[in-house]
Amino acid sequence: MTAAWRRLKPTALALIVPLLLLAFWQMATANQWTRLIPTPYQVAEYMVDFAWGGIYDDAYSATLLTHLLASMSRVYGGFALAAMFALPIGLLIGRIPAARMVLDPFLQLMRPIPVTAWLPLSMILFGLGAKSAFALVCLGAFYPILLNTVFGVRSVDPKLFEAASMLGCKGNAQFFKVVLPAATPSIFTGLRLGLGLAWFVIVVGEMTGVPQGLGAVIMDGRTLSRTELVICGMIVIGVAGYISDRIVVATGNRLLRWSLTHHG
Amino acid sequence: MAEFPIIEIKGVDKVFKLQDQTIHALAGANLTIAKGEFVCLIGASGCGKSTLLRIMAGFEQPTAGEALMWGKPIDGPDPTRGMVFQDYALFPWLSVRDNIGFGPASRGLPRSEVNAIADKFVELVGLQKFASAYPHQLSGGMKQRVAIARVLANDAQLVLMDEPFGALDAMTRERLQDELLEIWERTGLTVVFVTHSIEEAIFLAGRVVVMTPGPGRIESDNALDLPRPRDVASPEFNAIRRALGAKLHSHHGKKAAA
Repeated sequence: MTAAWRRLKPTALALIVPLLLLAFWQMATANQWTRLIPTPYQVAEYMVDFAWGGIYDDAYSATLLTHLLASMSRVYGGFALAAMFALPIGLLIGRIPAARMVLDPFLQLMRPIPVTAWLPLSMILFGLGAKSAFALVCLGAFYPILLNTVFGVRSVDPKLFEAASMLGCKGNAQFFKVVLPAATPSIFTGLRLGLGLAWFVIVVGEMTGVPQGLGAVIMDGRTLSRTELVICGMIVIGVAGYISDRIVVATGNRLLRWSLTHHG
Repeated sequence: MAEFPIIEIKGVDKVFKLQDQTIHALAGANLTIAKGEFVCLIGASGCGKSTLLRIMAGFEQPTAGEALMWGKPIDGPDPTRGMVFQDYALFPWLSVRDNIGFGPASRGLPRSEVNAIADKFVELVGLQKFASAYPHQLSGGMKQRVAIARVLANDAQLVLMDEPFGALDAMTRERLQDELLEIWERTGLTVVFVTHSIEEAIFLAGRVVVMTPGPGRIESDNALDLPRPRDVASPEFNAIRRALGAKLHSHHGKKAAA
């Protein structure tokens, strides 16, 4: 009994808030506090149709997987692109003062500009469609990876450099044997936040006129006043982003067993 | 090589400039250490004992004077001079075995040889059961054993220890002191050991160098010829403790007079 409870407790506690929200949603729609939002049951029914079809059989029936895969390709593609830029630039800024003086002010100046503000320019530069979506997702994921990489590289305990040099590891060899491993927990945190933000900005990214993708579905739902479609898209993004994050965390726990801060 | 002592400190001054402050950490330090000696540097904080140790390690350069090893200037850190830090400075991402093998691996030895050396020194410090553990899983005493082993595994001739047992509990400290002496006697290493504890210095050292602050200078150099193992409760031990204590606090009087 107690052993079973101990195992179930985290799940049970985690479900309290979502269930309360669901109850409130049900109450609000049942009492008709709003007429614009469908009931949980309607959304659930639509979700089934969205995933497998056979209920409404409209343009969106049984298309969930298509849209999910389209969005995933942009999220992971944009994220990979962001990591490809942010990691080397971050290592450069963190290690070389000249690079920091040249790049840091510019990057800090660009940082407050939200991804939404880039939408028009991105569509001009990269055209309508998938390329723009990649670019915007990439931009969204770029800064957390960059900033955490710089932080990781710069906050290596100076004692470790002394320890390495008295053991015979000097100069550039220290980059691979001290700086990189010492910075991995921070870099990993950056990648995790970056991937989270990639999911976060996918809707904006797919405002660029792509036909498929969860963001596109949500934008269509908005235009067509099909709120249940909008909510279904939101739920799928939430769940997909959550699963993706759990996988990253599990990987991190395995790879960073040595790091106290990466347990849990 | 034999004609030179392992370490010579000749008229070394060290001045640190911090923004608008100038700190005279070391003034006119002279010290010669022969191979195989166990020398303790003691003194209150700010007496320059750690600075002197860091100059021997090659982490700091003297502002004036010279620091020599085997007659040659010390111009940077080197595997022949191993440092044991108070806060261990182990590589947290490496297992105990890989921390100990870090030096041999840096010298480019093949993996199998690195592992063989590492295993030998894991055994020397009695950490076989923890060879695959990471530093955060170890107690302070075990971490310091790893730090000592990684310096020995790298064939250091001179082991520099900066208050290495300062953060440990009394029981662990005593055990590590015994183990260190045992390793020193067996290997014929030269050890320079910084501490602020008179007892620790008398228990370990063949020579106790007393330093005084403001600016840091060497007050006296005291050879101890107590037989080992030393009994901390013996009258001889206490007599030395009193004498060194008086030297350690002598600068208070001088300062008050000045």
